[in-house]
Amino acid sequence: MARFLHNLLRGTAFAALLALAACSGEEFSEEEKRLIGQLRLSELGPLPPEPTNRVANDPAAAALGASLFFDVGMSRNGTVACATCHQVDRQFQDDLPLARGIGVTDRRTMPLANVAHGPWFFWDGRKDSLWAQALGPLEDAREHGGNRTAYARFVAEHYSERYERIFGPLPELSGLPANASPLGTTEERAAWTAIDEKRREEIDAVFANIGKAIAAFERTIVHEETRFDRFAEAVVAGHKPEGDAVFSALEIEGLKLFIGKANCITCHNGPRFTDDFFHNTGVPSVPGLPEDRGRAQAFERLLADPFNCLGPHSDAGPEACDELRFMARNEHEMVRAYKTPSLRGAASRPPYMHAGQFATLEEVIAHYSTAPDAPAGTSELEDVVLTDRGRMALVAFLKTLDTPAPNDP
Amino acid sequence: MRKWLVVAIAIAVVAVAGYFAMHMFPPPPADLDLARSKPSAAGTYVVSIEPEADPIPQGRLHSWIATVKRPEGAAVTDAMLTIDGGMPQHGHGLPTAPQATEHLGEGRYRVEGVRFNMNGWWELRLTIDSSAGQDAVTFNIVL
Repeated sequence: MARFLHNLLRGTAFAALLALAACSGEEFSEEEKRLIGQLRLSELGPLPPEPTNRVANDPAAAALGASLFFDVGMSRNGTVACATCHQVDRQFQDDLPLARGIGVTDRRTMPLANVAHGPWFFWDGRKDSLWAQALGPLEDAREHGGNRTAYARFVAEHYSERYERIFGPLPELSGLPANASPLGTTEERAAWTAIDEKRREEIDAVFANIGKAIAAFERTIVHEETRFDRFAEAVVAGHKPEGDAVFSALEIEGLKLFIGKANCITCHNGPRFTDDFFHNTGVPSVPGLPEDRGRAQAFERLLADPFNCLGPHSDAGPEACDELRFMARNEHEMVRAYKTPSLRGAASRPPYMHAGQFATLEEVIAHYSTAPDAPAGTSELEDVVLTDRGRMALVAFLKTLDTPAPNDP
Repeated sequence: MRKWLVVAIAIAVVAVAGYFAMHMFPPPPADLDLARSKPSAAGTYVVSIEPEADPIPQGRLHSWIATVKRPEGAAVTDAMLTIDGGMPQHGHGLPTAPQATEHLGEGRYRVEGVRFNMNGWWELRLTIDSSAGQDAVTFNIVL
């Protein structure tokens, strides 16, 4: 009996030591190391080719795109540029729940780093290229509020030499109405219909080229390495992290939860911490905003968009349009599904979700932990029991995905 | 001695419970059939699948080759394949709508437009319609 007890004691103590070692945070299982390795920024491949935009990698086009991006002349009233909401010193977003251009929109501004790696644009993926995305806000009455005829004139007046060096001669614009677009006010739509078809196509081509230049610029906006990346490189290499790459016990606990029990990595995967897809996570609707069905309302718009991959302004043939060709049109499943945002830099850019519904990371984590029913459609979340320390740990980990603000020492 | 034992057991229970609590993400069933070649549900066909790129590129559109034969080994060259699937543990379908786009000969079909955007257990279901009849087969894939 004494011998049995002695052995039991030894065995128990050994098991306890093993388990404690596993929890101490200094060690990761092989599976954990594999998952941590997948999240490193160094795993991000080169930008995918963009055959629908022949100037996607042209430095002159990127420079023109940058000029247009910051030019408030690119708006109805001369006050709104892309940079109004995509602020260069704020990760190219605006810290607001709902973006504000000329008016207030019904969605949160998205940051821009490495967006060119994804196949779908906007929270609901209603655009299939970065250049087509850039055209949306320009003609939205709540954002830039302009119209394609006015933009063509503006470019001809202020950027003609740079434009023509990249895209060739501008079309003849004299005699065109000042404001005309198929998407504008009643007068603008009527003016658009009155223009003959060939000239409308020429204006559309200039408009598409504006988007292509802006996209070429946006393709140059990238993530910077974070403390997490330095930590993960050391873990994968089997080295001890050094300097600021050393994680606290709380940060390690948060990382383990992130890739483990809390299931964050299911959708926030890969080096950009996003699966580039759309999920209903039961995020509440915002009182006062129109009904928002998320991805479910994007399919028709995508397919009808003259600036999509299959349209006449794409620089590639239909063989470049596999995303559109194999797009799942499961509207029922996609009700209130929104694109998984990257978590790089997320800790320093509240508020969160597609309409800024949550003010803090703590609120986000509380939402994922309780997994409430969705206002419409079905939430994919399952509730996860998290201790107070677990929640703190997740927040601590998410902060390791930030780069210091430019004004920090 | 007895006190020691109680303390040791208590530590062990807490530590082991803590360890499992932190590693409790839902794994696919341990006995999941991961075979890439199997008979269809009613035994009409034997179907094999292989990705055009291995390892499977998570998050990217890619193609598979599905080979359809009769149980005695004859290639099925007139099959219509439809593809669906999803993640049984998440209750959602595939993020894309893959299609069999080409018969490459000898019962080999190219299935384009597959994307697995999440880690975990995926099902890929092939429904096969040919002069031999309609039947279906489900493959399990774990990323």
